[in-house]
Amino acid sequence: MRQVEVFRIKSPYRDDMVVHGYTFGKGQEAACIIGSMRGTEIQQTYICSQLVKRLVELEHNGNISANKKILVIPTLNPYALNTSRKFWGVEDEDINRAFPGREMGKTNERIAKRLMDYVKDYTFGIQFASFYVDGEFMPHVRMMDTGYQNTSLANLFGLPFVVVRKPQPIDTTTLNYNWQNDMTAAFSVYSGYNETINEERAGQSVSAVLRFMTRMGILRYDCLSGYISHVINEESLTNVYAGKGGILRRLKDIGKEVKYGEPIAEVIDPFVGEVKETVIAPTDGIIFFQQREPLVNESDVIYRIVRRIHE
Amino acid sequence: MYDTIFSMELPVGEHIKLLRNRISNTEDIKNSSRMSIVTGIHGDEMEGQYICYELTRRIENERDKLKGVVDIYPAVNLLGLDNAIHTIPKERLDMNHIFPGSPDGSMMERVAYALIEDIAGASVCIDVHGSDIFTRESLQVRINEEFAAGLMEYAKLMPANLIWKNPCPSVAASTLVHSMNCIGVPAFTVECGVGNTINTKYGDRIVDGIFNVMKYFGIWEGEAVHHDDTPVCDDSSIDFMRADKAGLFINSMNKFGRVKKGQCIGKIIDVNKNEVVQEIIAPNDGILFTVREFPMVYEGALLARILVQEVEK
Ligand SMILES: [Zn+2]
Repeated sequence: MRQVEVFRIKSPYRDDMVVHGYTFGKGQEAACIIGSMRGTEIQQTYICSQLVKRLVELEHNGNISANKKILVIPTLNPYALNTSRKFWGVEDEDINRAFPGREMGKTNERIAKRLMDYVKDYTFGIQFASFYVDGEFMPHVRMMDTGYQNTSLANLFGLPFVVVRKPQPIDTTTLNYNWQNDMTAAFSVYSGYNETINEERAGQSVSAVLRFMTRMGILRYDCLSGYISHVINEESLTNVYAGKGGILRRLKDIGKEVKYGEPIAEVIDPFVGEVKETVIAPTDGIIFFQQREPLVNESDVIYRIVRRIHE
Repeated sequence: MYDTIFSMELPVGEHIKLLRNRISNTEDIKNSSRMSIVTGIHGDEMEGQYICYELTRRIENERDKLKGVVDIYPAVNLLGLDNAIHTIPKERLDMNHIFPGSPDGSMMERVAYALIEDIAGASVCIDVHGSDIFTRESLQVRINEEFAAGLMEYAKLMPANLIWKNPCPSVAASTLVHSMNCIGVPAFTVECGVGNTINTKYGDRIVDGIFNVMKYFGIWEGEAVHHDDTPVCDDSSIDFMRADKAGLFINSMNKFGRVKKGQCIGKIIDVNKNEVVQEIIAPNDGILFTVREFPMVYEGALLARILVQEVEK
């Protein structure tokens, strides 16, 4: 392992924000793995740290293929992690809305540009990402439908799901979108957690990335083959909404099968404790996403369901 | 009197609302010219709040001159305003990045959608912004490059310091004014001042401009307010001056307006070493129209914008 400085941002008072990368192997730039960009992405940072730890062992045992180089950058935003902010700096700018970045742009655009310059020659780009609302996902690999994406490669992570998202205008400023071109195949891996650490899911994400690199010939390593991924388009997920505001009581858990018409959540009156609303499953399927916040607004998405599949 | 156009229940005994103040002397809204004034998409921008008051007051003073419909939406990002936060408080999303919204999206996407539905069919829409807390802005009209040709004659009715054709490719598509232009409602943004404060001079000028626009569309029968020609520019005619170093920005300019090539706009001080680490020097003759307000800066922070040449009169 070699520690490298990817870039550094100076502060008026604080220690410099140094973004470190950790490289393994030598030669062709094969895979780059990026952890957190937001201060809420603690699980993502943790996963990368565990990946670095595993790669140290694998390198020590000679499991990195000849002429293959791996780069892991656990976080691009230590400042936000240290102050429990979501975004970068006093101006509260999202790094993952600044790609491809500009050399002479705003601070977050400069961060994005320096990162892109540093990682642009890697064949595979993997990012541990988060969703803008706090919730829990089934572990999946997400790709943007850019015309360049290759879902059969995404299957090689062996996670339960591969999700293809049709990019909205705002998505064009994310790392994933800008990474995904004819030179780099970009994947976002969602472990399902952000601000809390889930060891089991972290372990699953580390294994998925090692499995992918093994199958791409970057590692020589025996691992279980994982899942045969179910590929879904994001727009085919069925959203289940709260019809009232209140305290949310979930009756079903992530990954569980639900039947059409079955009660799957309740909204509780915050003053008198009565059930204000019983939320009914609008379809058969499996719960792919669940809201984790205990308070819900009317119209908040409580669950997203993969339709008509069974456990 | 505000009407509630749209409402959603919050968790604990409150509703979020989209409010509208409709001022009109006619019941026949459909066949009348209608102007929509929107503000409060960013919760730290206060000029719009003053404008809602002042515009209403001036209309009421000469109410018989009102021939069409004026719709005022004062607080689109209601919770942002109440918390003095630029974004939507919980998600920290910029509300001007979620248009056209969606009838079955998140709560604020539904508010955005309801707003668009309610404005649809209007003769014109003006989205009033102030600046954020980081930069001070002179009075500007900003129009999407894509729709600039059709918007120019309305933009010129505003007594602004500048009309800026702003491409902002990725973000522009998710703004209110872009969504309105896409469905055939001419829409532009005005921008001025600094966050969390009200500059009534700018506010009064914007209200003057709003009356000019009302007159143009036959909504107002009073006199137009005359103003000088406004320079028009795009990104290529602006010097963007940014911090190269972290530190404390000390502004040397006490007002907007003409600057000479070589003139000092300000400096950045390294607070640890007590030394000047960057002097911000105007690279060309021009007109200063943006200057940094918030002193703490990192590399990349916007310090000033100077208009160096006009693209057309
Ligand atoms: Zn604004």
